[in-house]
Amino acid sequence: MKVAGFLMLLAGWFLVLAAIVLFAAAPLRIAFVLIGFAVEVLGLTFAFRSHLIPREDQR
Amino acid sequence: MPASRLTDVSTIACLFFIFLVPLAAAGLALMNVGLGRSRSAGHMMMASLCALAVAGIAYFVCGFSWQGYIGGPGHSLLLSGKSWNWIAAEPFLFRKFTFDGSTASLTALFQMFCVGLAALIPLGSGADRWRLRASCLSTGVLAAFTYPLFAHWVWGGGWLAGLGANYGIGRGFLDVGGAASIQAVGGLTALAVTWILGPRRGKYSADGMAPAIPGHNAVLVLFGCVLALIGWIGINSAGAILFTGAEASAAALIAINTLLAASASALTAAIITKVRFGKPDASLTANGWVAGLVASSASCAFVSPAEAVVIGSIAGAIVTFSIEWFELRMEVDDPGGAVSVHAVGGIWGLLALGVFGQFQRPVLNIAGDLPSAMSGIDGTVSGQWLAQLIGVATLLGFVLPLTYGLNLLLNRLYPFRVSVEGERQGMDLHELGAGAYPEFVTHTDEFLPR
Repeated sequence: MKVAGFLMLLAGWFLVLAAIVLFAAAPLRIAFVLIGFAVEVLGLTFAFRSHLIPREDQR
Repeated sequence: MPASRLTDVSTIACLFFIFLVPLAAAGLALMNVGLGRSRSAGHMMMASLCALAVAGIAYFVCGFSWQGYIGGPGHSLLLSGKSWNWIAAEPFLFRKFTFDGSTASLTALFQMFCVGLAALIPLGSGADRWRLRASCLSTGVLAAFTYPLFAHWVWGGGWLAGLGANYGIGRGFLDVGGAASIQAVGGLTALAVTWILGPRRGKYSADGMAPAIPGHNAVLVLFGCVLALIGWIGINSAGAILFTGAEASAAALIAINTLLAASASALTAAIITKVRFGKPDASLTANGWVAGLVASSASCAFVSPAEAVVIGSIAGAIVTFSIEWFELRMEVDDPGGAVSVHAVGGIWGLLALGVFGQFQRPVLNIAGDLPSAMSGIDGTVSGQWLAQLIGVATLLGFVLPLTYGLNLLLNRLYPFRVSVEGERQGMDLHELGAGAYPEFVTHTDEFLPR
């Protein structure tokens, strides 16, 4: 899940970059930037969850 | 392109503001010490000094060559007919660089201090368990690569700053005093370090409880806040002059906004903790103060004092809940609150600029005094919020994975975390061989009958 989280962070950023380069029309560009940002938030959630401490390791 | 120059008044003012910046570093160092345990206080101060030293040397060796300055040489990619300036191309070791009072030389001086400030931020999150040499290695990587790369994109005429000129997205990504380049980069590195180190022993029990491990000296923490304010006024004012083309006379507004944001943020944190816990919490109030400073860094030159109060109040509320959320729900053991204060506070400040920013004057953001950079100066260009969102997306989607990966690699080469015995003994005795407060040690032979 950790790797998936960081890959999603990168994927979201590439979506944002692609939106800047590919779309000149503001609505489409904004939509894709927001989608990219949402993917990043999902990736961040995965990254946080993957770093939760297993109960048996807590001391 | 020859390096541009400021007016004499702006140059002197800028130098004065830059010389205030080390006070921000002193403030952060004191806060980190006070928020940690007494048995690691000397170690934390030593680590702060070493971080400043390593950051300065690493930035001198190669950091500045990759960061550069507005109008300096750089490497660019051509995408869809637009130039994406992604890294500077200055020679290493400041070779062929003249310190002649130009904007470029002032930028170099300013950045030498700023990179040290960014390097201090992760120390707070790794308190009580991060080995000294490991923190120096991590600082070296931050100052030599991560910080300069992102700072070039924002402050060196890079692609984020050029979003306005190239794609008509607002005025490009704006960050007056380093809410992104210094604070968020430092805060995200702090998050990466916290993840890699894991929590302090005894922080999380098997039944899911997370007992508070209070800081050992509230006086140091609160005095650090006062020093930080002075330093922040320097950072924000110097940044506004160097990176947005503000006149020296704008410093009054910038200082007022900085103070108001910090004040509103600290008061909000104090009120929230008073309402929730019955008494105001000193450490959370101090963290709120710094969060207000951090949030003000992005927009201090482009908002009114009333808006600075709103930005600061929201920062104080966000950080108060964020610290608790990270600690209890996300199990991020961050003794200094660095992730919440610097990463979350910085990101809020950047987004707030997109919401509240008003642009009454030309914004010097990319390529010095080129007329093309001055498009949209009449306050009618829309999309500043989008430019800020793209900058935040870059912080989360690029800087966080990069700094996490680099620190993970360093951790494999030289383990970050101190041994169990060292953590129990305290970092002072284990790594330095002496405590910060030797007079507090009780020697049993002092009580023997003579």
